[in-house]
Amino acid sequence: MLTRRSMLLASAAAATLPAGLPTGLLAPGAAAQTPPNVLVFAKQIDDIISLDPQEAFEYTASEIAGNVYQKLVTTPNSDPSKIEGELAEKWEASGDNKTFTFTLKDGPKFASGKPVTAEDVAFSLTRAVAMNKPPAFIINQFGFTKDNAAERIRATGPKTLVLTTAEPTSLSFLLYCLSAAVGSVVEKATVMSHAQKDDKGGDDWGNGWLKQNSAGSGSFAVRQWKASESVVLEANPHSDAAPKVRRIIMRHMADPSAQLLGLQKGDVDIARNLVADQIKQVQSDPKFSVQSARKASLMYLSLNQKNPNLAKPEVRQAIKLALDYEGIQKNIVPTTYAVHQAFLPAGLPGAVTDLPFKQNIAEAKALLAKAGLPNGFEVSFDYASAAPSSDIAQAVQANLAAIGIRLSMLPGEMRAVITKTRARQHDIAMLRWGSDYFDPNSNAEAYSINLDNSDNAKNRTIAWRASWEIPELSARAIAAREETDSEKRTQMYEDLQRDHQKVSPFVIMLQEIEVAVSRAGVTGFDMGPMNDRHSYTNITKA
Amino acid sequence: MSDSTTSPADQPPGGQPAGGRRRPSAFRLRFQAVSATLASIPITLFGLVLVTFFIGRVVPIDPVLAIVGDRAPQDVVERTRLELGLDQPLYVQFWRYLEHIVSGDLGRSVMTSNPVTQDIARFFPATFELATVAMVIAVVIGVPLGVLAATRQGKWVDQAVRLFCLAGHSLPVFVLGLVSLLLFYARLGWAPGPGRQSIYFEGMVDERTGILTLDAALAGDWGAFQDALAHLAQPAAVLAMFSLAYIARMTRAFMLGELRSEYVTTARAKGLSRRRIIWGHAFRNTAVPLVTVLAMSYAGLLEGAVLTETIFSWPGLGQYLTVSLLNADMNAVLGATLVVGLIYVVLNLLSDLLYRLLDPRVK
Repeated sequence: MLTRRSMLLASAAAATLPAGLPTGLLAPGAAAQTPPNVLVFAKQIDDIISLDPQEAFEYTASEIAGNVYQKLVTTPNSDPSKIEGELAEKWEASGDNKTFTFTLKDGPKFASGKPVTAEDVAFSLTRAVAMNKPPAFIINQFGFTKDNAAERIRATGPKTLVLTTAEPTSLSFLLYCLSAAVGSVVEKATVMSHAQKDDKGGDDWGNGWLKQNSAGSGSFAVRQWKASESVVLEANPHSDAAPKVRRIIMRHMADPSAQLLGLQKGDVDIARNLVADQIKQVQSDPKFSVQSARKASLMYLSLNQKNPNLAKPEVRQAIKLALDYEGIQKNIVPTTYAVHQAFLPAGLPGAVTDLPFKQNIAEAKALLAKAGLPNGFEVSFDYASAAPSSDIAQAVQANLAAIGIRLSMLPGEMRAVITKTRARQHDIAMLRWGSDYFDPNSNAEAYSINLDNSDNAKNRTIAWRASWEIPELSARAIAAREETDSEKRTQMYEDLQRDHQKVSPFVIMLQEIEVAVSRAGVTGFDMGPMNDRHSYTNITKA
Repeated sequence: MSDSTTSPADQPPGGQPAGGRRRPSAFRLRFQAVSATLASIPITLFGLVLVTFFIGRVVPIDPVLAIVGDRAPQDVVERTRLELGLDQPLYVQFWRYLEHIVSGDLGRSVMTSNPVTQDIARFFPATFELATVAMVIAVVIGVPLGVLAATRQGKWVDQAVRLFCLAGHSLPVFVLGLVSLLLFYARLGWAPGPGRQSIYFEGMVDERTGILTLDAALAGDWGAFQDALAHLAQPAAVLAMFSLAYIARMTRAFMLGELRSEYVTTARAKGLSRRRIIWGHAFRNTAVPLVTVLAMSYAGLLEGAVLTETIFSWPGLGQYLTVSLLNADMNAVLGATLVVGLIYVVLNLLSDLLYRLLDPRVK
């Protein structure tokens, strides 16, 4: 589809482009459609570092893990708070909530054709604990260590797995954590046959091999990964979740315009990184279908409590009331973000989705006056210089100027902004935070636990980074985590979020929306709130 | 050795040795000049590493953050900081890095978790393939175009070439690339889309050299070869535009200089054919400066063209370098910079050598 502007550009360029002409002669009848049975994604995949599910923590790798491996339990995207068995048939907690027994299903088989056993599950969880890679803390937080894993993670029969946690644990908390990509079950025999000796006399748990290969029971198996180029997945013929297409090819296309062209041309079935105006362009076109899912990723302002002005409770609330959330969302990120104001993103259990803050300049000014700052003040503002952060930052600057708070703008590379907030050197910073795993505790801990506010604290949560000392809220967040009654637990999180909104130095503004655009006739791509919940199993091509 | 202190540059243009002294042998002169150039390589590279290293360290991004991520527990952060030697003073860190480089170890990339040497070996062939084809296009079209313009100075051909060069030089490559994709891929369907090969051939060709066209040819898979060549043509043509414009402009300037020389007038007076004057005499004399222009253009192409690579999803060195830079992946940045520097130095050296072969005065 050529718009008028692009036509003009193209014809203007045609005159200056004789060097490009010979290309046509080389490609008689360039491909128009992707082959049937092969699904082609266009996606930015240069975030992949490793495909080992016990190591990977990046978006694309988590997504692949979700399609190549199975976990004990998972949550359906249609009802994300519900826990379903994936490899596990049933599970039960002991009376003291410290011993958990899982019974495995009979059906699941690895790509090698061998059935999934409790031994494989125990091996996989132990592997996560022992390798201690970035996502390991999700499992480790239940008290597992390299030394006690053998007695606390046990296969007591071919289909029976027993986990023993250090403290009494909420069953839902444990299950949600086990549903993360790090809980993926790998085939012990295959992985260990590729284990390499490391320099300390041990082995690498097959990590070197599993970075580029797979040994799972999910719908697909990894056939090839070329960094920054492509990932090829092949259907796992033995999987009990048999896919509809035989092959998935994920091509790295860094440029969204190239993704759109490929989609229009039929060389791409699903484009994953289109930007807002491109999405707008295809939204009304019957040749494409646009689908979206709320992502567990928030954009928020962190107000450093080391700044005496920002430490005043009235100032924090005044800032929350000064922003034009709706205007920002509509004008800058209409398709890729939604307004959200609680620390649990929509889609996660317990998320509060009502929006208590609306722009109210008069009230915000009154609050500032009450804080003794009727004429406002000046603070620095760090934000990522890339779009859309830069545009949102300017809107924030304009909104706050209206109540007299003058922001001196400090755009920077994303990691530089993070580095600065980790050192607690910012005043106001605009950041993004994605949940680590599918449990309310992931964000509750980040935003509302800070038990040691000293400069050399061990646990440096987002609350710590804002120097926000909150013994009472921390205790409540911990109590919610430990609550074993799951309904009561959800209620505790809802209360926590509402109280958090009233006092916190975090202005939670937006929640990311992930958008995928498919060619008409391509259906069944199931998107979830976390990357490891995106499923390719039911994708079909007409 | 007293007689060999005269370097080629010191000689009077006539090539006459200074009065009475024995003329040094051509071999010795050349050897000396080459060894001087060779000696400058490590110094150049040292300077490059020094500057890149310190720039990398003053960037306000915590290298530990780049490695362990934003979510790692504090003890892991501290441990990694110690492992990397980041607690040491800068000069100690630099010394250690130098030691590793000398032993051929460029460290591990954070982004890909592979040794940097391995990454470069993977990304460089793609860039090499693209740059070489682009260079061939640029030379084959650019040089004759320059000569043509020079011989018809002021005529419409000259103006047309000038307009073309101006466009090639000033149109940003992302515009050129996107428009070309829009036209030849989306609209006309003459060229395949972004990427190095069609999905039909994905994973079908064994990687030997990493240069896809060559690999396909080696495997005797002509379908894949044609496919790879077709995918290569468009990005190479777009990339060639800039160098082409530059080469054509320079060729024209060199040629004009030569055509105004007295020997051309003499040749004309002698009644030599126009063709012989242009190609046999004038063009031959532009070869020397032209070689330097070509070598530097090629070096520029080999360092990887970020924008072209991004638009055409070409997994080359430019993309690798940029993504590494944005991720504060300093080992990768330093390693890739070093390789680019090495390419420049080697091409410079080669053009120096070629210079000596082409210029009879140096002999």
